[in-house]
Amino acid sequence: MAPTNHRVRKLRVLPGFKLTLGFTLFYLGLIVLIPLSAVFWESSSLSWKEFWHTVTLPVAMASYRLTFGASFLAALVNAFFGFIVAWVLVRYQFLGKKLVDALVDLPFALPTAVAGITLATLYAKAGWIGQWLEPLGIKVANTQIGVFVALTFIGLPFIVRTVQPILQDLDPELEEAAASLGANRWQIFWRVILPMVMPALLTGFTLAFARALGEYGSVIFIAGNIPLKTEITPVVIMGELDTFNYAKATAIAVVMLIVSFLLLLGVNVLQWWTNRHNTTHLA
Amino acid sequence: MTPAATTLRTPAPAPVSPTHSRSEPPWVRRLLIGVTLAFLSLFLFLPLVSVFTQAFAKGLGFYLHTISDPMAVSAIKLTLLAAGIAVPLNCVFGVCAAWVIAKFDFPGKNILLTLIDLPFSVSPVISGLIYVLVFGAQGWLGLYLNADHPALPWLAGWLNQHNFKIIFAVPGIVLATIFVTFPFVARELIPLMQAQGRTEEEAARVLGAGGWQTFWRVTLPNIKWGLLYGVILCNARAMGEFGAVSVVSGKIRGQTNTVPLHIEALYDDYNFTGAFAVASLLALLAVVTLALKTWVELKNASLQSLEANS
Repeated sequence: MAPTNHRVRKLRVLPGFKLTLGFTLFYLGLIVLIPLSAVFWESSSLSWKEFWHTVTLPVAMASYRLTFGASFLAALVNAFFGFIVAWVLVRYQFLGKKLVDALVDLPFALPTAVAGITLATLYAKAGWIGQWLEPLGIKVANTQIGVFVALTFIGLPFIVRTVQPILQDLDPELEEAAASLGANRWQIFWRVILPMVMPALLTGFTLAFARALGEYGSVIFIAGNIPLKTEITPVVIMGELDTFNYAKATAIAVVMLIVSFLLLLGVNVLQWWTNRHNTTHLA
Repeated sequence: MTPAATTLRTPAPAPVSPTHSRSEPPWVRRLLIGVTLAFLSLFLFLPLVSVFTQAFAKGLGFYLHTISDPMAVSAIKLTLLAAGIAVPLNCVFGVCAAWVIAKFDFPGKNILLTLIDLPFSVSPVISGLIYVLVFGAQGWLGLYLNADHPALPWLAGWLNQHNFKIIFAVPGIVLATIFVTFPFVARELIPLMQAQGRTEEEAARVLGAGGWQTFWRVTLPNIKWGLLYGVILCNARAMGEFGAVSVVSGKIRGQTNTVPLHIEALYDDYNFTGAFAVASLLALLAVVTLALKTWVELKNASLQSLEANS
């Protein structure tokens, strides 16, 4: 809770408080809060037993395992490579750096359906990448690896863009001090740089993980959506919707929403912790 | 709280010349640059190139034929319509929310900030589902229209008479688009306006400027780059949204298919070249978005260094 009551000024110089607050709350309620509450309302039409039965069906359970597993692995791979990308973009000079920096945001800008059909085509048997993997016995299209590949694609910018500003703002004197005290480059990285970047890396990891959990468009084309094998949770929800099974769809959606909200809470706590840490550090 | 990824970045000032203690041996540097370029080429550059290559696989004639097909044109029109409604509405909301959060103190501000972010953490499929539950035939609206004794019978009668539909129709597509792009402009403006503080506006008011005058002459010029940045990102997402729109659209070709849904339809028909032809339009939009974004960032950085020097 930021502002305390006694700091609220009775006399406001700037106009528009009631108007803008009113419109903000009205629009937020109309577009976001009321429709979102419908999910919880609809799922309450099921008894607890029915709800539990629905969300633990084998098809649903298999989809959670795949969605969480692939999202986690993708976020992990992105944390590793994303950190290297951020490091290189902040610290080194090379030809075409501006272009590479702009390209990092491609997964944000490229519509998911376009990413989906593109990845599916690239990793198909005869695709540009698939034809090299096929002789090695690695199948990507229509397998769980395909889900992982798509989720890695969409998650990359989250890590790079959260780590990049922190690396940029690192005080060079800290590294110089460590060096003058005899630490080598590797020790400086592990003992000085990494601990300071860690909260940002964790935040980026959580954001990428959360985004991957809900992802739909970029996954469905490459995954093949085989029930119990390559069906992610949003596809299971979609399947229930297509057969007008709204209660079932809603029950599984509630599970996903709760996980998403917990992750959002986690990100908020992390950022709050980072800000606090940084301010005490400065003071 | 901000997904840092989507906020306007200010490129750092020219890097300090690397001293001995801050630089790695050349082979490490080359290795890391190599890994970066290889990873990004494989995961980002190759897909982008492949969209355009596949799009022209059957020649320019086929390409032009596909994107000028009546179904494609109707999809493009619908996408422009949905973005044309969603982006301005979310823009007005973003400015209002940023104004109230940055310029005033009130209890519950942090909760409001979190609620504004909410749509970012909801899966696109669920974003569509919630509107089906509210406005679908079996949802709240359907219950109302089919009730034996509805409240406001004249309204229910009128809506039934005009065959009023939101789900599997254009209004649902617009609503779903508004939902998924809801936080973009607000998220951009809130930190910016918070950093700028209130003093300039307060000075304008003390000097006798009216409320609107203060906004148009003082606030807007200060936030215009941030606003533009938010609008660019909001628009890219609005035109490219797939999952949420897919749930509410019903996918009636020529009527409720947006560009991303039309791409899916072509792909499902095994018309891969056609799908990529239409997809290349959205890929072009993505490239333009990235270019504009970089341009705004550079503009913003030069503006800030100008201010720092004066």
